[in-house]
Amino acid sequence: MISLDVNGATHQVEADPDTPLLYVLRNDLKLNGAKFGCGLGQCGACTVLVDDKPAFSCLLPIAALAGRKVRTIESLGTQERLGVLPAAFEAEQAAQCGYCIAGMIMRAQALLERNNRPTDSELRAHMAPNLCRCGTHMRILRAVRRAAAAMGGGVRDDPERTL
Amino acid sequence: MIGKTLLLGIAIGLATALAAAVAVSWHPAIPPIPGASPESFDPAIVARGESLAHIGNCIGCHTARGGRPFAGGRPLQTPFGTVFATNITPDPETGIGRWSREAFRRALREGVAQNGDHLYPAFPYDHFTKASDADIDALYTFVMTRTPVQARPPANQLKPPFGFRPLVAAWNLLFLDKGPLGDNPNQPADWNRGRALAEGLAHCGGCHTPRNEVGAARGDHAYDGAWIEGWYAPPLNANSPAVRPWTADELFAYLRTGLSATHAAAAGPMGRVTHALAQAREDEVRAIAVYVASLMAHAPATQGAPPPADKGTVADASHPEAAVLFAGACAVCHEAGAPMMQEGRPPLAWGTPLHEDTPNDTIQIIVHGLAPPAGRSGPTMPAYGESFSDRQLGDIVAYLRARYTDKPPWPDIPRAVAEARKEGDE
Repeated sequence: MISLDVNGATHQVEADPDTPLLYVLRNDLKLNGAKFGCGLGQCGACTVLVDDKPAFSCLLPIAALAGRKVRTIESLGTQERLGVLPAAFEAEQAAQCGYCIAGMIMRAQALLERNNRPTDSELRAHMAPNLCRCGTHMRILRAVRRAAAAMGGGVRDDPERTL
Repeated sequence: MIGKTLLLGIAIGLATALAAAVAVSWHPAIPPIPGASPESFDPAIVARGESLAHIGNCIGCHTARGGRPFAGGRPLQTPFGTVFATNITPDPETGIGRWSREAFRRALREGVAQNGDHLYPAFPYDHFTKASDADIDALYTFVMTRTPVQARPPANQLKPPFGFRPLVAAWNLLFLDKGPLGDNPNQPADWNRGRALAEGLAHCGGCHTPRNEVGAARGDHAYDGAWIEGWYAPPLNANSPAVRPWTADELFAYLRTGLSATHAAAAGPMGRVTHALAQAREDEVRAIAVYVASLMAHAPATQGAPPPADKGTVADASHPEAAVLFAGACAVCHEAGAPMMQEGRPPLAWGTPLHEDTPNDTIQIIVHGLAPPAGRSGPTMPAYGESFSDRQLGDIVAYLRARYTDKPPWPDIPRAVAEARKEGDE
């Protein structure tokens, strides 16, 4: 039995310690927001927060998680009461097939919790590890900007180049 | 009386020394030119210069993050303070637009700017001096045909007394061995070409040769391995830690693509070097490979030392926790039979970083991952810095060392983990 702290609740999980967190979230805890994309840490569809930082849950064995707090998209609200980022993604219609969105939102959540006034290039660099194969990137960036504003901050233009 | 004579003697001595110092350190300005018109340069020579600029990776230092190409402003941290790279676009006011060919040649050969100021050796003229006149001239035509950018780099922030440029004259007297290099008649043409490039514009020794207290290359330890930006640039001589031979073909593939199927992916500062070399002329990169491979001809791997065996069972037993983390996080790409291994990627057992004397390179790669530059393909690995705690990272690194090498455990892994976390993920 391995004890996992997910979305503020403690779960006892019956799984091999080298099982990736993603499998446990989806199969054991029925938290199906995070998606299996590539299984190689290259696409980001499985992104969740571990101790407030984004991590690829497909490459994170549960043995590594003792004493650490996992958060998934399910922690950001419900369909009836959307959290700030999911609401912003809906408002901007920032999904086509939607498969990457849970990962995108969690990665954005990590940034905005730490800094809700990032520059545009900080935002882009932060989001770079997560891929969207439908090409919805511009809407995704708009949604994150909208959410940053709703959180009392806002994405800033890059400062003038001081060269 | 004696006192007076002595004083006079000291005064004359000091005056002579001062005059000598001034004579050595003083260089005249080379008359500015009104500005060269790009059309006045032969396109074929511009193309040669472009390849050489990639070989020297000029853009790497002379471009600020997010800045315009060659416009300078990038800070270079040295033990003596921060030096900001200069603007080498042909802007007449803030760049080198008024530099004649002679002024450019003097800068590369002697480290003296057009106005007579000494340049700091952060600009590796101690290497560039080895380049041929034809190469330096081709490079000049390339930079003079770039887009001029008006941009003045920030002032250097050097610890006293290093802000006093004439001091560099003494450094030059002691350490600058002016080129160009003559050919070695006992070696083939590609070796000689490769040596001129590697010792000169490519300045391989800038990272791979250790420096002395005042930042000069230690000639008695050429290519013995050295530290750069938190990474260890491994030895490129008989002390190479590689466990498979570095042939010219393997080196060529590595320099050109950032991946050697029998060694490792280029990471850290070397990754950026390979991104630049991918754009240089193929024959010139091959010449560098021929020369550098010859430096490693007496390394253990080249001499036929067998690579170590995979000691999976032993390491699993001695590092059980790390074995689980490896199985869950690393094996999906690195274990035999993984899809990536089917594509001819080097097995971890051959990975040079694991066989180095310090764990820093291995830790840097795990913490920061590998990413090709935007729009290009190349070795990729996710960054694990935020997935694992310091202790878990250290355990994994110790496990890799135990499993894939015959070397003793690394000392001081926690410190190396802390250092890798401090380094930017640039």
